[in-house]
Amino acid sequence: MAIAVAKHPVTNRRRRTRRLPYLLIAPAALLMLAFIAYPMISVLYYSLQDYNVTKPWRNGFAGMSNFTRIFTGDPRFWHSLDFSVRWVVVEIALQLVIGLALALLVNQTFVGRGLSRALVFSPWAVSGVLTTTIWMLLYNPSTGMSRYLADAGIGSYGHSVLSDPHTVFWAAVLAELWRGVPFFAILLLADLQSIPGELYEAASVDGASRLRQLFHITLPHLKDAIVLSTLLRAVWEFNNVDLLYTLTGGGPAGQTTTLPLYVANTGLDGHDFGYASALTTVAFVILLFFSVLYLRLSKFGGDRT
Amino acid sequence: MTAALVEEGALVPSAAVPRSGRSGRRGRGPTDGPPHWQIYLPLGLYLLFTLVPFYWMLLFAVRPDGSTSLLPWPATGAHFDKVWNDRSFGIFFQNSMLVGVATLVLTTVVALSGGYALARFRFKGRTAFLIALLCSQFVPGALMLVPLFQIFRHLQLINSLWSVVISETVFQLPLSVILLSGFIRGIPEALEEAAWVDGCTRLRAFFAVVLPMLRPGLVAVGSFAFVHSWNHFLFALMFLSEQDKQTIPVGLNTLIGADSVDLGALAAGGVIAAVPVVIVFAFIQKWLITGFSAGAVKG
Repeated sequence: MAIAVAKHPVTNRRRRTRRLPYLLIAPAALLMLAFIAYPMISVLYYSLQDYNVTKPWRNGFAGMSNFTRIFTGDPRFWHSLDFSVRWVVVEIALQLVIGLALALLVNQTFVGRGLSRALVFSPWAVSGVLTTTIWMLLYNPSTGMSRYLADAGIGSYGHSVLSDPHTVFWAAVLAELWRGVPFFAILLLADLQSIPGELYEAASVDGASRLRQLFHITLPHLKDAIVLSTLLRAVWEFNNVDLLYTLTGGGPAGQTTTLPLYVANTGLDGHDFGYASALTTVAFVILLFFSVLYLRLSKFGGDRT
Repeated sequence: MTAALVEEGALVPSAAVPRSGRSGRRGRGPTDGPPHWQIYLPLGLYLLFTLVPFYWMLLFAVRPDGSTSLLPWPATGAHFDKVWNDRSFGIFFQNSMLVGVATLVLTTVVALSGGYALARFRFKGRTAFLIALLCSQFVPGALMLVPLFQIFRHLQLINSLWSVVISETVFQLPLSVILLSGFIRGIPEALEEAAWVDGCTRLRAFFAVVLPMLRPGLVAVGSFAFVHSWNHFLFALMFLSEQDKQTIPVGLNTLIGADSVDLGALAAGGVIAAVPVVIVFAFIQKWLITGFSAGAVKG
């Protein structure tokens, strides 16, 4: 009734305010044009240039030579790409499995649930640099965890997990896991809560075990949330450099250099902007390709009711 | 296709208006669940994994140099005093606060306006705007450092906190706009129309009707923006080279990178870095968990 009465003034208002939506999106659109779109275009432009502030005499159009160099003459590129892929796959797989388990756990009814949730989710708010700070204290060979473990007869004294090429990968993985799991747990828990309880009741009446309920009710329901959070997090893990930059600095001996870290080093320390821009372009294309592929393969959003 | 998914809220895990009276599993009695030890044992182990690192930092922050005790007493404030005064964390804290609050305000205002347009209008270019928002989530901020540096040098904003505020805001915007438009769509348009009929202008109706109902959305977007800009490190590291302009994460990085790391000072700096986000987290965590639902805007 109220809507019927309102109809006329509303259409009038619509006509008068045809420009309003554009005014409203203008601040966001302009900021993104100036500080995302323009930098991206300039990256594309510089990727075709020789541009190095320390060697200005060589600056100029380079054609595809930066790209040829990436694919044929740069083992460090392949090494950093290889490490990035390993880093993202291992992190995402572990974060997803542990995060899902944690979400299922704190979705149960038990005494102390609210407090437990707050505590296990808390590393979500912690930054990469702070994570490094905390884990450096834990990993410190002379005053960290290993010293007390050695006191108790486990392991040996003076072993630095961060400078040993055999252990540095898993040491970094563990630190990143600590702050990464809550992201999955929070997202998946939120989606778990939207599963109607009646489904489980009906299933238990029919005699389905808890494991069968997990595979036939819970996981199918969570599918879209799992796909989406995995994708978002994978892109984020790929791009994020805070933790590795501060924890290992890409070392020892370039062992833990991800592609973005390599790009940052090339552009900012090496001042080779042209080459860094070409690397950025390649990284962006890889990200886009895998994102589309992943969404296609997982048939995201398909067969939803 | 992508835009259609956004419309349905499928791509917006966090765009959610907390629903009341959800028919959840709350009604299930404890007899239905697994035995208690199956909950408390894994939970206890995971809590240890979560909390021991925090405890370790606190321990080092208050333990006098040379002590190997695993208990935080006798405690000393010497590390805090040193970090806050000698290592300029007092100034860094102030800078980080300024950046955090400015980013929060700017992000919220700009996203509110864009989100309202997306939620309430059909207009030419709307789909393009949505796709641009989605795609920019894939743009790696770390890879944009060089061109951004050049832009800010042109604008003479290097060594100004504004360079960091603007960068943080820009990279927060896509998600914030999508989030807020989801929240606004959850508020019935009929309520606004009723206010127009009563003679309100669109602007007044917005402030009187929409804004009060939008509080959860504003809290979410605002606290994300604050926490992110408080935590973020690379932009500040690259754009702010003068020491009295630096932020807390950059200060921590300096302590980490020192030739002989002062662990007590590092731990105290870490505690200082953690306090504001822990407060924000405690404030929003209940909402986070109930409100992050992907399903809430589908229906």
